[in-house]
Amino acid sequence: MVSETQDALVEIDALTFQRDDRLIYDGMTGSIPRGRITAVVGPSGTGKTTLLRLIGGQLKPTRGEVRYAGEAVHRLSRDALFRLRARMGMLFQSGALFTELSVFENVAFPLRVHTDLDEELIRFVVLMKLEAVGLRGAAELMPQALSGGMQRRVALARAIALDPEMIMYDEPFVGQDPIGLGMLLSLIKELNQALGLTSIVVSHDLKETLSIADHVFMIANQRLAFVGSPAAMEASDDPLVQQFLSGGRDGPVAFHYPGPRFQDQIR
Amino acid sequence: MMDWVARLGRGSLDRIAVLGRATVMLAQAIFGRSQVGVSWRLTLAQVHAVGVLSLSIILVSGLFIGMVLALQGYTILVDYGSEQALGQMVALSLARELGPVVTALLFAGRAGSALTAEIGLMKATEQLASLEMIGVDPLRRVIAPRFWAGCISLPILSIIFVAIGCLGGALVGIVWLGVDAGSFWANMQSATDFGADIMNGVIKSIVFGVVVTWIAVFQGYDLEPTAAGIARATTKTVVYASLAVLGLDFFLTAVMFGEL
Amino acid sequence: MYHRSLELTVGVFVLLGALALGFLALEVSGLAPQQADGSYRVSARFENIAGLTARAKVSAAGVTVGRVVGIRYDSGTAAAFVDLEISDRYRDFSKDTTAAILTAGLLGEKYIGLSTGGDPDPLSDGDVIFDTQSAVVLEELIGKFLLNMSAN
Repeated sequence: MVSETQDALVEIDALTFQRDDRLIYDGMTGSIPRGRITAVVGPSGTGKTTLLRLIGGQLKPTRGEVRYAGEAVHRLSRDALFRLRARMGMLFQSGALFTELSVFENVAFPLRVHTDLDEELIRFVVLMKLEAVGLRGAAELMPQALSGGMQRRVALARAIALDPEMIMYDEPFVGQDPIGLGMLLSLIKELNQALGLTSIVVSHDLKETLSIADHVFMIANQRLAFVGSPAAMEASDDPLVQQFLSGGRDGPVAFHYPGPRFQDQIR
Repeated sequence: MMDWVARLGRGSLDRIAVLGRATVMLAQAIFGRSQVGVSWRLTLAQVHAVGVLSLSIILVSGLFIGMVLALQGYTILVDYGSEQALGQMVALSLARELGPVVTALLFAGRAGSALTAEIGLMKATEQLASLEMIGVDPLRRVIAPRFWAGCISLPILSIIFVAIGCLGGALVGIVWLGVDAGSFWANMQSATDFGADIMNGVIKSIVFGVVVTWIAVFQGYDLEPTAAGIARATTKTVVYASLAVLGLDFFLTAVMFGEL
Repeated sequence: MYHRSLELTVGVFVLLGALALGFLALEVSGLAPQQADGSYRVSARFENIAGLTARAKVSAAGVTVGRVVGIRYDSGTAAAFVDLEISDRYRDFSKDTTAAILTAGLLGEKYIGLSTGGDPDPLSDGDVIFDTQSAVVLEELIGKFLLNMSAN
């Protein structure tokens, strides 16, 4: 296996992040390898989405830093940050398509903002991207006319419109029927293999995510609880990892919210 | 007692923090580079959304308020035999007070709440975050055009309101109540001054336009991105904007007409 | 086209606003006529102007011919001097024109009424009208009335 630090696209260095009074990360360190699919998993409320926002520079770390291709994201100027974001795509949980624009204009939007391509070329690129997600026929529809799964595929076409080097998926499988889910899984896999995209997939759907991931980040207790390949995760004897994999009720993550003893409270 | 003082202190600090956030938001939305052609088209679309679509309610309200003013004014003035002063009364109350204030209140309810809900929905559905990740500043792309559109639309609506109100007053006064047309208009013209009355009213509505739109876009931008959060923020927009309009109106009236 | 119709409706909206402002300027505040033609100024000396204000109208035979532009108190003669601005269209007031402060209705606004005399020379810029009738002060009127009552 290649050394991780050598070809890391994103490096997380002693990252501490606090929101209001709640500590979300406490000195987390790790790196995301270039050209692979990294799955970010963990119990709810551990701030998996927060990690994506920190990488995208939408949030600033309390201490430590996140480096993208060697540059500390939160120290970039506003302009440099916006230039950096053109190199990464993000697929939001809800799709986040612009409701007042058609499917075509949604996919064309990043091209119009960041390039000076003429109309003919934009049309070519947009149709090509829509073809890749199988929705070329829906180009003139408004997003509201599409199902949730199709909206997410349009959003994916928009996220890859500028041919980014990395794409972040925020809970892409939530609320998908098995067919939509299968389509998204194969799309993520294809994009990664065909274009060599670095992919980060944040998800609760462990089985599906692990089936396509090359690399797993498990976040728990404000830090990385596990890093490695899916096979190594299955083989791990860490009780926390095992509880998470098997969905067991008892383990390091307690079923009961902390409180006084039942016998004491009902007296 | 100490608790109460501490709560007061914390409350005031929160208020100041909100004011600070609102100011920073506005400053970033207004001062910052953007493509001029694009923002012009976006602003135009927003003038349509907040201005043109509010026109019907302004026309109807203006006409009726002018008519009611004439009717009420007549019953009072006729007791003193001064019914020819009806035109003056209608024009002055509309131009100085009712035009700017009622238009701003209607605007807060019709356009302000819609602005808050729209921006809030864009935030809740992650469209704002999505813009940011595409490398477009949502303050420039979403907030600024809406802010300018509100500032432009409200004064125009207010002028239209005053004009249609005067016509409504004339309709009731001259056609129905039989006040002499000549003395109605002559009295109106001799009592109303373009600079002191009409333009001061326009200045008021410009101030209201800035304040109401600012409150509306900020409430939308700053809300908690949930269904309950949007509902709360929409209510807040209407309440805060209405209170701000009424409070500012007193202040502006004292400055403009106080010494008369 | 979508953008075309959008531009059109916004254009109509702005035009409507401009028309309304024009209406307010011309019809409601009567802005244009005073500014369009020239005017000349005369003063009138009154014993008492009680309640007359600047911008009050100046009329002759019920027609508005000008406006009050200034009111001064002259301590030497202990009287009020009122500056009148009269439109150039009404040039033919005689030198011995008289001015009176009148009230529109019982509680209406105060205005100045001019009535021309027989002098062949016309009133010209800077002239002063001395033959005036001061405002009727309601309190004095009532006072006189009560005095007459008690005398009877």
